Amino acid sequence: MNIAVLSGKGGTGKTTVSTNLALSLKANYIDCDVEEPNGFLFLKPNVYTEEKVMVEYPVIDDNKCTACGACVNVCEFNALAKVKDDIILFQKLCHGCGACEIVCKYDAITYDKREIGKIEKGIGRGINCSRGILNISEPMAVPVIRELLKNLSEGINLIDCPPGTSCNVVNALRYADGAILVTEPSEFGLHDLKLAVELVKMYNIPFGIVINKDDRKDNIIKKYCKEENIELIGVIPYGRETAVLYSNGQILYDDVHHKIIFDKLSKGAREVLLWN
Amino acid sequence: MELVVLSGKGGTGKTTIATALAELEKDVIRIDCDVDAPNLYLFYKGKDIEKGEFIGGKKASIDEALCIKCGKCESICRFHAIENFTINQFICEGCGACTLICPQNAIKLIDEKTADTFVTELDKGIISRAEMDIGSDGSGKLITYLRKNGKRFNENEKLTIIDGSPGIGCAVISSITGADAVLVVTEPTKSGLEDLMRVVVLCEHFGVFTMICINKYDINEEMVAEIENFINDKDLKLVGKIPYDDTVMKSINELKPITHYKESTAEKAIEEMWSNMKSLI
Repeated sequence: MNIAVLSGKGGTGKTTVSTNLALSLKANYIDCDVEEPNGFLFLKPNVYTEEKVMVEYPVIDDNKCTACGACVNVCEFNALAKVKDDIILFQKLCHGCGACEIVCKYDAITYDKREIGKIEKGIGRGINCSRGILNISEPMAVPVIRELLKNLSEGINLIDCPPGTSCNVVNALRYADGAILVTEPSEFGLHDLKLAVELVKMYNIPFGIVINKDDRKDNIIKKYCKEENIELIGVIPYGRETAVLYSNGQILYDDVHHKIIFDKLSKGAREVLLWN
Repeated sequence: MELVVLSGKGGTGKTTIATALAELEKDVIRIDCDVDAPNLYLFYKGKDIEKGEFIGGKKASIDEALCIKCGKCESICRFHAIENFTINQFICEGCGACTLICPQNAIKLIDEKTADTFVTELDKGIISRAEMDIGSDGSGKLITYLRKNGKRFNENEKLTIIDGSPGIGCAVISSITGADAVLVVTEPTKSGLEDLMRVVVLCEHFGVFTMICINKYDINEEMVAEIENFINDKDLKLVGKIPYDDTVMKSINELKPITHYKESTAEKAIEEMWSNMKSLI
């Protein structure tokens, strides 16, 4: 069972929900927010393996290249350019698709690999933790996310997704059997939640909503859930104490009151996402 | 002058602060580069004076009448986007390798609309913004376009304020490339600091002048001290410390910029920050 935790808007509590639910469910925790992975700050795993994430890029053999420009014309990403009698590569624009190699009549193109990030795996609090980290100044996070999710283990996997609704999240959702959407009761939270709901609906998987910083009122998110017939998994009440524990990088699940909240959420998630 | 508001971590207050700075300066160009979660326009009842469709990339499409199911496309696709002679639109990166290998010429690349773009006119100035099609990619290119679109309305070298995305990837890189200054909005939490560090290194890499403000600073004074140490070590400019203030949430829910609430302590701190920033930029 792979459960994606996403939000649309950033900073609504994806990591808080995923780390604490992972503890409550004794699930594997996977941090897919590879641009800014924060889950390990809380779970503090002992990292036992570290692997580089490599992407391919073309290398042009100057002895064979006639600078005909066929590779430049075929590259959809403008990663190759012809300057005088040279072909230049802009590495960070290259998607490693291989189109240039296919069109080169002179066998002048081969591929080499370079590192754009890494995957770390470890054990923290008795659960398996893994995360991807994108190297700073690298634009493309998708290859790191794909590598991280390639061989998910059996059992329950909680996938802490990046914010937004574009390619990074699409790739994180690819293997999900269910989704938890985390939001907060504000106009911004609702606006971005609607976008996330639209995205999740494309996957035909069960999903439900968790309201973080809940004001204990019949707020706009609860009304939206009722109107749209979307399941509310549960709420995390707003509290200054919660904010302070979080700010210090502490696990909320260690605190008795919060443990009750997250155990209740995990029960709600089981009911809504329909797994045994 | 282009000023980009970033944060690394999401939800630290980029949009609230970007909007407040725009209101204080009044006649500015506003650009919402957080195309995944575009909230800036919610503060305004403007009029869309221009609309456009943005073609962000291409997707492969197989003509079933021509396909002989040889499977060459499947084996050439490095993204594993083709399965059972069908292209998964979510995974296809539009590279065209399959079109080159197909012996039947059955595959074509088709332009993909990824967003609607808008220029919204306000009482003063405009917003350049977009509504992205859900699940589409290529937000980096879209951001470059939104910045260009805004520039067309910038006579007299007005200030441009860019509300950026969280993270450090292509969306953020496209927002800061060629910009004059960055304001990073952080919060006194472990995650806030960790993400601040990553976004600051990115700004250094691109050589952009970087200022920092700590939002909701009174939530955790010890974390503030850690952030201040980092700022001093890096020789960055701390331009403001904004207190936690319930009025900010009120302003979001009433969809009015925080500058409308003159009694707000956060508003006062932002005003003070803006005068600090003006002396630097």
